[in-house]
Amino acid sequence: MNPTFDRKDGRLVLAHLLFAYVALLLGGVCGMLQSMVKSGSITLPANIGYYELLTAHGVLMALVFTTFFIIGFLYSGISRTLGGSLTGVSRSLGWIGFTLMAAGTVLGVIMILLNKATVLYTFYAPLKASPWFYIALVLLVVGSWLSGYGIFAQYRTWRKANTGKLSPLLAFMAVVTMLLWQIATLGVAATVLLQFIPWSFGWVETINVLLSRTLFWYFGHPLVYFWLMPAYMCWYVIVPKIIGGKIYSDALARLAFILLLLFSIPVGFHHQLMEPGIAPFWKFLQVVLTFMVIVPSLITAFSLFATFELNGRARGATGLFGWLKKLPWKDVRFFAPFMGMLVFIPAGAGGIINASNQMNAVVHNTLWVTGHFHLTVATSVALTFFGIGYWLIPVVTGRRLTKRLNNLGIIQVVTWCIGMLFMSGSMHITGLFGDPRRTDYTTYNDSPESILWMPYHVAMAVGGIILFISLIVLLAAVVGLLLAPRGVEEYPIGEVIDTAEKTPKLFERWGLWIGVSAALILIAYTIPLADMITGGTGSPGYKFW
Amino acid sequence: MMHIHRLEKIWLTFGMAMLAVFLLILGLSAFTMGMDTPNSGHDHSVHAAKLSETPPFDHPAITQIGDREYEAVMTAWAFGYSPDQDQLVVPAGSTVHFSVTSSDVVHGFEIPGTNVNMMVLPGEVNHVSHKFDEPGEYLILCNEYCGIGHQAMFTKLIVT
Repeated sequence: MNPTFDRKDGRLVLAHLLFAYVALLLGGVCGMLQSMVKSGSITLPANIGYYELLTAHGVLMALVFTTFFIIGFLYSGISRTLGGSLTGVSRSLGWIGFTLMAAGTVLGVIMILLNKATVLYTFYAPLKASPWFYIALVLLVVGSWLSGYGIFAQYRTWRKANTGKLSPLLAFMAVVTMLLWQIATLGVAATVLLQFIPWSFGWVETINVLLSRTLFWYFGHPLVYFWLMPAYMCWYVIVPKIIGGKIYSDALARLAFILLLLFSIPVGFHHQLMEPGIAPFWKFLQVVLTFMVIVPSLITAFSLFATFELNGRARGATGLFGWLKKLPWKDVRFFAPFMGMLVFIPAGAGGIINASNQMNAVVHNTLWVTGHFHLTVATSVALTFFGIGYWLIPVVTGRRLTKRLNNLGIIQVVTWCIGMLFMSGSMHITGLFGDPRRTDYTTYNDSPESILWMPYHVAMAVGGIILFISLIVLLAAVVGLLLAPRGVEEYPIGEVIDTAEKTPKLFERWGLWIGVSAALILIAYTIPLADMITGGTGSPGYKFW
Repeated sequence: MMHIHRLEKIWLTFGMAMLAVFLLILGLSAFTMGMDTPNSGHDHSVHAAKLSETPPFDHPAITQIGDREYEAVMTAWAFGYSPDQDQLVVPAGSTVHFSVTSSDVVHGFEIPGTNVNMMVLPGEVNHVSHKFDEPGEYLILCNEYCGIGHQAMFTKLIVT
């Protein structure tokens, strides 16, 4: 394989990554300020509202940073593994997608900063933002669709030129991830186009609140898997190469991704367990499906640690845990995603608690949940993305990850983990006491419960400040990478271990998997959705901010 | 179709068996022991804009319906709950059945330190019951963002 990365493709990838880092910085500023306001340490100047910051933080982090980084990474993966460069069609689609998403982001952020869309990133009706906020979301989603089509087009071209061959694992995973995204975003597209936009422009008087929430969460849960799957791509394909080992099993990796595709969509009700208007049977059915999505994570955990152990033993490690010493702890390309994996163990366990039907009452809408996704997306996924960035930026710019920048990266990852230990740890504990999420500084008229929550809010603010310092170190490292000495950095792509079984062809029968996915969605959603559409009463809009 | 390593088979079998056992416990306790998720039983039954003319929500109140058993009919609105706090008083050992709906946007209904925690949606009535054994002041707060005064949306239930 050509050691240098296609320059034109490199520019596309770099544009996505740098946009993501800028969103991360802005979102990080909001996050740190929020933690200080919530702990009573500061009050915001110039009439800036806590919930304005919270909206900006959620949109920039959960929607913008993730989506841009993911699309940049996926494009790099298909350029690298599907022919060495993008076809003209795919590259154009990538740029059009980027432009639409960037326009949507700018418009959305302007609306938020003008205080015209203080509805948080979940934009629950009947709080009504400016229609331009919803149009910004449309631009973001439609842009990501076009980027997805570019990935599909590249894959199709490769398949035609390589009939009968097994597709590269990284490309297969990119296609599954984008397929999940296309199916999942149908829900948010439906609610925004058919409900929010006509309603916010005043073309219709009312909105069906329960229906809009259900369509949002049809999208909202696979959204978190859209974040996670690229991290899994790094863990399955990139990390084995970095540690000098092999991929444990190509077939199991593909099986895990197909299971994620099938079971991460028909499960949105586990975000609505405490809601009226949805019969308990349908909630429980989706809880069962939610538990099915734990299976691919069990497969992943086994495969990854099998890779680590087999590699360590091949290098002469002895004893039960001797292989741990053979891992390249001082290589940020390994250390960052490894810390992400490690954090995913408690993070995943917390997720099982959240999804446990009636037990959700203990934690629903408390800071526990905020703590949960600050472990999953803001640590497991974010650290893995940081780890990818440390080698991907040099790869696409034709520069080198120097020893100094590597060490800066290690410092960044360690500070991120410490900051998150404070922040997410406190959120988890105080959440168990019932401390509500998404709430400005308050003592509820000096009620004794909430006074006891205060020390945890202070610890959250300490965590927020440490995290912000980590973010500054990250950006220093990114600038350092852009100015690093020219050279060739490896795009690490693992090979499958010799003893692995042959991968069945079944995994690339897309019609079959789309069909099964559609069937599961129809089973889980048809009856409750029909009931909501025919039975719901409409709400007028409110602007309570 | 696919060969799976023996150790991985053990790991996955054990993992999936644990998930199945856990789901079984959740399902049984939910559907046979009355520990279910909130269930209105009469979905889409109110019109948020017409609450002031919809009994019983036209007169939110707490009423005794049996020996140490109370029904609390409440409305949530930006930014508070009805009826007023001074009416929310029950003796210790009482079971309170809450029926709550919203007259405007989506709100939360949570009593920290208990399992009372549910969403309040306009157009829907949500229910939760709780037995208050210990005397004291119980904070009832909104845990879903509802606007600029969200952090000020709370009331108290007094257990004497």
